[in-house]
Amino acid sequence: MTSTLLETNFQNKIDQEINIEPKDSMPEKYREHLIRQISQHAHSEVIGMQPEGNWITRAPSLRAKMILLAKIQDEGGHGLYLYSAAETLGISREELIEQLHSGKAKYSNIFNYPALTWADMGAIGWLVDGASIVNQVSLQRTSYGPYARAMFRICKEESFHQRQGYEIMAQMMKGTVDQQEMAQDAMNRWWWPSLMMFGPHDSDSPHSGNAFKWKIKRKSNDELRQKFIDKTVQQAEVIGLTIPDPDLKWNEEKQCYDYGKINWDEFTQVINGNGPCNKQRMEHHIKYHNEGAWVREAAAAYQKRIQEFN
Amino acid sequence: MTQDSQLDLWEVFIQSKAGSHHVHAGSVHASDRQMALHNARDIYTRRNEGSSIWVVPANHITASTAEEADMLFDPANDKIYRHPTFYVMPEGAKQI
Repeated sequence: MTSTLLETNFQNKIDQEINIEPKDSMPEKYREHLIRQISQHAHSEVIGMQPEGNWITRAPSLRAKMILLAKIQDEGGHGLYLYSAAETLGISREELIEQLHSGKAKYSNIFNYPALTWADMGAIGWLVDGASIVNQVSLQRTSYGPYARAMFRICKEESFHQRQGYEIMAQMMKGTVDQQEMAQDAMNRWWWPSLMMFGPHDSDSPHSGNAFKWKIKRKSNDELRQKFIDKTVQQAEVIGLTIPDPDLKWNEEKQCYDYGKINWDEFTQVINGNGPCNKQRMEHHIKYHNEGAWVREAAAAYQKRIQEFN
Repeated sequence: MTQDSQLDLWEVFIQSKAGSHHVHAGSVHASDRQMALHNARDIYTRRNEGSSIWVVPANHITASTAEEADMLFDPANDKIYRHPTFYVMPEGAKQI
């Protein structure tokens, strides 16, 4: 089949809302786009375990500790669903991890910020997972079957994450003045980076043209960001938290919130490796990956051994 | 540097409750069947999603391709007499 015919057939399928499956023919650019996006998503889940893992031993109660452990275990699971989805596109797990370590593949910028207090566990669950949910719900309808199916599973599990985070914030806002200040401080630090999670404004988004044409993406960065803001403002009000944006106000005409200018310089700085924790996150991943090598070697040796007996 | 093996790929099928079909849930990496079962349990059934798990080495699955779809499934389209709605039932006949 010629490449133009292949692309026309492919686009027809997409236009008819037929999902693309691993063995279907697809344009090389579609495959590349998906590998980049799904692997970035997978790496984000795995790197996202670090800021929270930092608090397991310091959780304020046994209940909080069990919940945090379960949440982090979920993140690991989500990473694995997504790695599997990426692998269906013909890239190996080894290559995916190698791309993370070499810096070729990115992960979500948000995890380059530190989790300084227990309130950050609240803010991360409520805001960071909240923002992820908005994005992921829309990705349930993405055109690549394995990615869409991974999203379904992830969305089902993710709402517990957001609710446990919001519960932490609500509890702290009912506590002492110190606890309230701690919650507000976490809010102040996580609000803007959470908005940045949706990526650049639509007017300067480098990857979206094909992503829309191929229905990998269904909603634009700005649409998703707006959706997140509109539902989060009310939740903040209910528990008495202030959104750290003096320009935030309800726009009666547009029926949504107007918000202040996002600091894209900071975004670019962090993406280019100058965030507070970039170095630490990657060093940690590489260290434990290398230290775990003997486990993989032992498993492979065991596999070889049992095959000899069969 | 030694080859960093991420082990073999296995496909996971979960039966949600006794009597249901086993449905494909996703994949895991594992060195052997025992590890594949454990990993599938940890990754796909953390919330009572299953009562039984099958794991199958991915390279043991033979799948049809999209290119074969016409050849494989088209002939079914002109055999509508395989469906009960094809038949004309006499007026008044009940429970058929």
